[in-house]
Amino acid sequence: MSDTIVSAAHAAPASGTAVTPAGPETASLPMTKALNAGLRKAMQDNPKVLLMGEDIGPLGGVFRVTEGLYAEFGDKRVLDTPLAESGIIGTAIGLALRGFRPVCEIQFDGFVFPGFDQITSQLSRMRNRHEGQVIMPVVIRIPYGGHIGSIEHHQESPEAYFAHTPGLRVVSPSNPHDAYWMMQEAIASDDPIIFFEPKSRYWPKGEVNLGTSGAPLHASRVVRTGTDVTVLGHGAMVSVLLQAAELAAAEGISIEVIDLRSISPVDYGPILASVEKTGHLVVAQEAHGFVSVGSEIAATVMEKAFYLLEAPVLRVSGFDTPFPPAAVETHFLPSPDRVLEAVDRALAY
Amino acid sequence: MSATPNASPTVQLLSPAGVFAPSEAAAEFLPYLDRLTEADHRRFYRDMVVIRRFDKEAANLQRQGQLALWVPSHGQEAAQVGSAYAARPQDHIFPSYREHVVGMIRGLDLVDILRMLRGVTLGGWTPEDHGNFHLYTLVLASQTLHATGYAMGMQLDGSTATGNPETDQAVIVYYGDGASSQGDANEALVFAASYQTPQVFFLQNNHWAISVPVTRQSRTPLYLRAGGFGIPGTQVDGNDVLASYAVTAKHLDDARAGKGPALIEALTYRVGAHTTADDPTKYRDPDELAYWVARDPIVRFRAYLQGLGVEQEFLDAVDEEAEDNAADVRRRALEIHSPEKNVIFDNVYAEPHPRVQEQEAWLGRYEASFEGGDA
Repeated sequence: MSDTIVSAAHAAPASGTAVTPAGPETASLPMTKALNAGLRKAMQDNPKVLLMGEDIGPLGGVFRVTEGLYAEFGDKRVLDTPLAESGIIGTAIGLALRGFRPVCEIQFDGFVFPGFDQITSQLSRMRNRHEGQVIMPVVIRIPYGGHIGSIEHHQESPEAYFAHTPGLRVVSPSNPHDAYWMMQEAIASDDPIIFFEPKSRYWPKGEVNLGTSGAPLHASRVVRTGTDVTVLGHGAMVSVLLQAAELAAAEGISIEVIDLRSISPVDYGPILASVEKTGHLVVAQEAHGFVSVGSEIAATVMEKAFYLLEAPVLRVSGFDTPFPPAAVETHFLPSPDRVLEAVDRALAY
Repeated sequence: MSATPNASPTVQLLSPAGVFAPSEAAAEFLPYLDRLTEADHRRFYRDMVVIRRFDKEAANLQRQGQLALWVPSHGQEAAQVGSAYAARPQDHIFPSYREHVVGMIRGLDLVDILRMLRGVTLGGWTPEDHGNFHLYTLVLASQTLHATGYAMGMQLDGSTATGNPETDQAVIVYYGDGASSQGDANEALVFAASYQTPQVFFLQNNHWAISVPVTRQSRTPLYLRAGGFGIPGTQVDGNDVLASYAVTAKHLDDARAGKGPALIEALTYRVGAHTTADDPTKYRDPDELAYWVARDPIVRFRAYLQGLGVEQEFLDAVDEEAEDNAADVRRRALEIHSPEKNVIFDNVYAEPHPRVQEQEAWLGRYEASFEGGDA
């Protein structure tokens, strides 16, 4: 499988600045601070990197991901923009044509759609339309997903729309370490990247290795080994899958958990290797299941590994309804138990 | 249209009959005419005639099945030629998709425009090698935001408002009365005003968005919208090449000097169809067409030049050059070769992408499987 293509830019830490051996190699950070540190590092390393978005300046963003960067880099590097998402993306395209590397913050998942046309009709195609004469190093950060009890348009998982669009790359870290490194790697990429940040995972702390990334941007990764069933997901779903694996272990079922990390392209290498071992795959996501990332992975794994499978690939998803009022979101969002229900069905085949 | 020229808010220098008779609104723009030499006047005329003949040839090519589509610019030559010559070499131009002569003035081979309309490329040229004339954008008003972002970049990298008019840069973006209703056009004006970008919005009001008249787009003259965004707005007779030049020269100068963006509404008329797929006889009043044909920009400027004593030999030579150019374009358009299938996969991404690579390899294997067969 020619699944994991690693460019030189991704094979090593994004900057040439070596971490001094005497300095701290690791830090315990919440994802917001890890993203902040990743942005700061990218801005220090390359003066063409600039941030744009609503409320990202003195306030530091509604989630404080850009906190302190305005004071440190000034209003020519951190641009509080007018309140217009198409305007943010469209002007970022112009800035990229001019040689800048804009990182755009979309305030919430449900607010990306006013900028959807500029992303899908313009940003994604600029290089292709220019026959390779330009690069489009634009990162669009989107806090996404449920579990935070918020109001309409604030808990959605729209990643499939972007994964469907040629010319875009789509990634989502599940933990602070990946957030720190994937942010820098995304900014270093010459392609446009939709960077989905699982906002329910913004606050739990995690160990960040400041010295080495450990995986290229588009690599999927086994985060818990097991032998009976493979479960995979991205973003906030990974912590749900790990909880499910823990519960299953108590019942004697060994679950292998894969963190997808990259939604487009998908790195099928670790997935197929895992399925070869377990013979069972459950794909989980908060997003609606119909025409989803999970559907795509299920179809591809069945094409590539039909004879390795002992059961159909099963999907666990949000329902094909609007994200509901927060009071009932726990019924909508895949829980560890819903994942285990699918695991049981897979094993019962 | 019913107002007498001198009382109108429209900047006009030449009457429809080609007489130099500046309107009141033209006063502040008159000094910019001093920059023009007689050679410039001749070049304006020549370019307008050459592009109109090209336009006719391209429409013929489409009718003969040689182009997928053609987008006529007939009637809008003065607005485009005047504004294009007001840009300096260091400026950047973001067109919509009807600004063929602007591209020509910036050094673009007109056949490159036909390549896109012949279906062999989605773009057609490299802006930096063609006078900073950026690619056509087919989703209306999308390019207004790209232009504004580009102009923001000029500010951020210190390439404008240094006080040196020889090097200070600005952006001019073209769009139309239909596109003025798009959200993007309005967001671009908000961003431009907010950041005070070095930028001119050049709105060609050709009165029709395919079949829908400008009255459906706006209840107010479009240049007045500028005031709502907090930037200067000027309405110019877009069929007057000198007025189009002078107004654009002033606003681009101001933009380069750090005085911020401006909106120009050029009143003109789409004499032809929207595209070769359109039939304006289904929705347009013949009297309206006749009104505008009587205000033809080329006829007007020819009369002006003749009044200045330009010899008939020059006018005849221009006609001959236009014929020659059209024949040359036709010959070379027919020689445009189709690309290989690899263009499907090339340049979708800058960095290697496994899915695209796998699909390209698959198509190669699949098509090779027919070689030597009875297909």
